[in-house]
Amino acid sequence: MTYDPGYNFAYLDESTKRMIRRAILKGVAIPGHQVPFGSREMPLPYGWGTGGIQVTASILGPDDTLKVIDQGADDTTNAVSIRAFFRRVAGVATTERTAEATVIQTRHRIPEHPLTEQQIIVYQVPMPEPLFRLEPRIAETKRMHALADYGLMHVRLYEDIARHGHIATSYNYPVMVNGRYLMAPSPIPAFDNPKMDQMPALQLFGAGREKRIYAVPPYTGVRSLDFDDHPFRPIRAPHACALCGSRESYLDEVITDDSGGKMFVCSDTSYCTERQTAREAAE
Amino acid sequence: METRYPGFADPVLDAQASFRAVLEAMSRPGRVQAVVAPPELPPGLSPAAAAMLLTLVDAATPLHLTAGAEAEAWVRFHCGCPLVEVQDAVFVLDPAARLEALDAGTEEEPENGATLILEVAGLEEGRGWRLRGPGIRGEHRLQVRGAPEGFLAAWARNRARFPRGVDVILCAGVQIAALPRTVQIEEG
Repeated sequence: MTYDPGYNFAYLDESTKRMIRRAILKGVAIPGHQVPFGSREMPLPYGWGTGGIQVTASILGPDDTLKVIDQGADDTTNAVSIRAFFRRVAGVATTERTAEATVIQTRHRIPEHPLTEQQIIVYQVPMPEPLFRLEPRIAETKRMHALADYGLMHVRLYEDIARHGHIATSYNYPVMVNGRYLMAPSPIPAFDNPKMDQMPALQLFGAGREKRIYAVPPYTGVRSLDFDDHPFRPIRAPHACALCGSRESYLDEVITDDSGGKMFVCSDTSYCTERQTAREAAE
Repeated sequence: METRYPGFADPVLDAQASFRAVLEAMSRPGRVQAVVAPPELPPGLSPAAAAMLLTLVDAATPLHLTAGAEAEAWVRFHCGCPLVEVQDAVFVLDPAARLEALDAGTEEEPENGATLILEVAGLEEGRGWRLRGPGIRGEHRLQVRGAPEGFLAAWARNRARFPRGVDVILCAGVQIAALPRTVQIEEG
């Protein structure tokens, strides 16, 4: 495939790619640690996945097959636009099927289909600092990471229990990476947290506005924070998908009319479509 | 001094392929990867080391290099990097450099720890050192022929100061393997 000759391959200039590549390598060498980088202005606003796009642009090669999802869906505006962007500026093949992709850029979900060693998942991250609601000063959070001083986060989870009887955090649930760094998993549902642990695929995180890159290497321990008497529990709506019948996948609640009608469907559209196709083929 | 030696045949795609090789190597310590090398090399550099310099080093990353005048002229032209003493370097290519002599970053900014590009005689998977740590399911084995004297002891000290530390890219021919600072190495 060819790419638009008006741009360098994959949009970014080579010195920017080198800078981002160096940050990615240090991120991989220090799992869970946020590495600052010189985030560039991209042809879409901060908050639309500029960090993820810069990471993807720096790793992508002509032989890659790219999948982009937004809240699990391949057919939402953000996902469609980013796929079209990389088809144009890098000429790469794109897919909606998780198993066919070599690079998966995601906003707020991990696909249901288990990822393999041949894949890299790139998360779009709005706020890389897990402590920012507890300590707004970056100078102070850097020191807390240096000292692995994460008591404040445990206090927050404890306050959840004191107030609600359980840990009420349902997304962006804080994790410890390789037993050392507290990390924001990006706003994926807590349901997806266990998939990060010992994942065969490399996980890269890009925060464009906050100018941070971090990473979790393959087969690395990722533990959701909890207490002995309040163990971590991934939360899932207690329903079956209305389209494919799955009782394992993460569900979206979709309002269907203005008189209280609703249905639960898989948030991962690729997974749901594959199951529906398989079911139709069996009938 | 000018250089007559070229850089990558395709500066964009060869750098991308070599980066993916080193990313894969750093993500899965002990797995051996092949880089895309420039078509002709200045004396003193292996194909893999030359590819790593072209892929990662530029004006923003001071380099410490002891590979001779031809190699120096080549990196000055193709990478445009400042050439500095070992303790000030972000990348080091010097077989005599001790891990302790390199910048290890700080507790708050461990990403400033330097990267050592180390030329060795040969890399082979499946035997030799026993590697454990992030990126490795169970254990990877890596045989490194021609590693510097006392490397494993120095590595253990490097690893003990995590998150500070130095990361190593081992180069032999067109092959590379990486040792991120997290990896634990035992004699095979």
